[in-house]
Amino acid sequence: MYNTRPVCIGIVILVIVLSAPFWVGIFGTNYTKTGITKPTQESCVEDTAFMRAQHMRLLNEWRDQALRNENRNYVAKNGKTWEISLQNTCMRCHTDYKGFCEKCHISNSVSPYCWTCHIIPTEGK
Amino acid sequence: MNTNRRKFLKVAGLSAFALTSGLAQVALPETANAQLAPGGYGNSPKSLHAKRWAMVIDTRLFKSADDYKPLIQACHHAHNVPDIPGNKNIQWLWVDTYDHVFPDDMNEHMSAKIKGTVFPLLCNHCTNPPCVRVCPTQATYKMADGIVAMDYHRCIGCRFCMAGCPYGARSFNFFDPRKFMAEPTNPRFPTRMIGVVEKCTFCAERLAQGLLPACVEASNGKILFGDLNDPNSSVRKALAENYSIRRKPNLGTQPGVYYLI
Repeated sequence: MYNTRPVCIGIVILVIVLSAPFWVGIFGTNYTKTGITKPTQESCVEDTAFMRAQHMRLLNEWRDQALRNENRNYVAKNGKTWEISLQNTCMRCHTDYKGFCEKCHISNSVSPYCWTCHIIPTEGK
Repeated sequence: MNTNRRKFLKVAGLSAFALTSGLAQVALPETANAQLAPGGYGNSPKSLHAKRWAMVIDTRLFKSADDYKPLIQACHHAHNVPDIPGNKNIQWLWVDTYDHVFPDDMNEHMSAKIKGTVFPLLCNHCTNPPCVRVCPTQATYKMADGIVAMDYHRCIGCRFCMAGCPYGARSFNFFDPRKFMAEPTNPRFPTRMIGVVEKCTFCAERLAQGLLPACVEASNGKILFGDLNDPNSSVRKALAENYSIRRKPNLGTQPGVYYLI
């Protein structure tokens, strides 16, 4: 094989460049936490990982169940019963809209328009 | 060669059968209607249920338009209904004169008592609601208990329902309703947003908590609310003992609001 050295060096550089995002992801410190203020209650309706990933889908399902099927109670996996209501159930613990909802939504570049209708606790009180 | 063809046809036939008979469907996971939440859904033991909710308004017990004011206030207060000056106001419960409420009754020589009386108006929660038929997004729909409900999340503001409703029971939010209230009167209930249609909901959210509708509660028994399918209910008894009329009965919408006159 001709030019073994430059070719090998080239391959190594190429592999490093292409896998760079993984290394930055694993060892980098660039990732900034959202810095949300968590509510004081110990647990949410379901576990944290589920709520973090699926809360909007859960809210959509709650809405359809409550409005269309008249199922206004949710029995969680741990057996606890919750009234299905964003304003009266979720916001009772998650009282800090600016510190909790908004911070995370801004850092993830999502702009849900829940609050054009639903009343943010601090605003409505 | 012959046996190969035979085998091939057998396999092809079985495959075609499996694909078309729904056997393949069983193997596929049902993702379309799958429930996301790991828990279960139900309703509160406190909630009120009926086969067909209906309202009977004893208009004989109301003396003037002022008598309806506390009811309208209770309703609009409970649901954060704004008061917008002009002809773009939002109304869930309001009053009008006899000839506007019952326009089919074309008698020029009504008794002075009827002529001067005002009648309360609200969504009739029809058995055959035209608004539900014309809604392109199923934002308005009829529930199993007869209530014609609204899901404002789905409303695109096309106003077909307003054109479809023969009772003018629906209001369109031409403006952001929050601009017309200092702050929402009931912090436990949402407001609406600009560009959606709204109307009376027979207080479905109050029924779920075991409470009667706000106007019924404020009327001190002058408005009855109950199950039309239950012969022993207060509404059925009132209808059996009194002469009642409904708005525009010839349209066949079968309103759920009855007037005793």
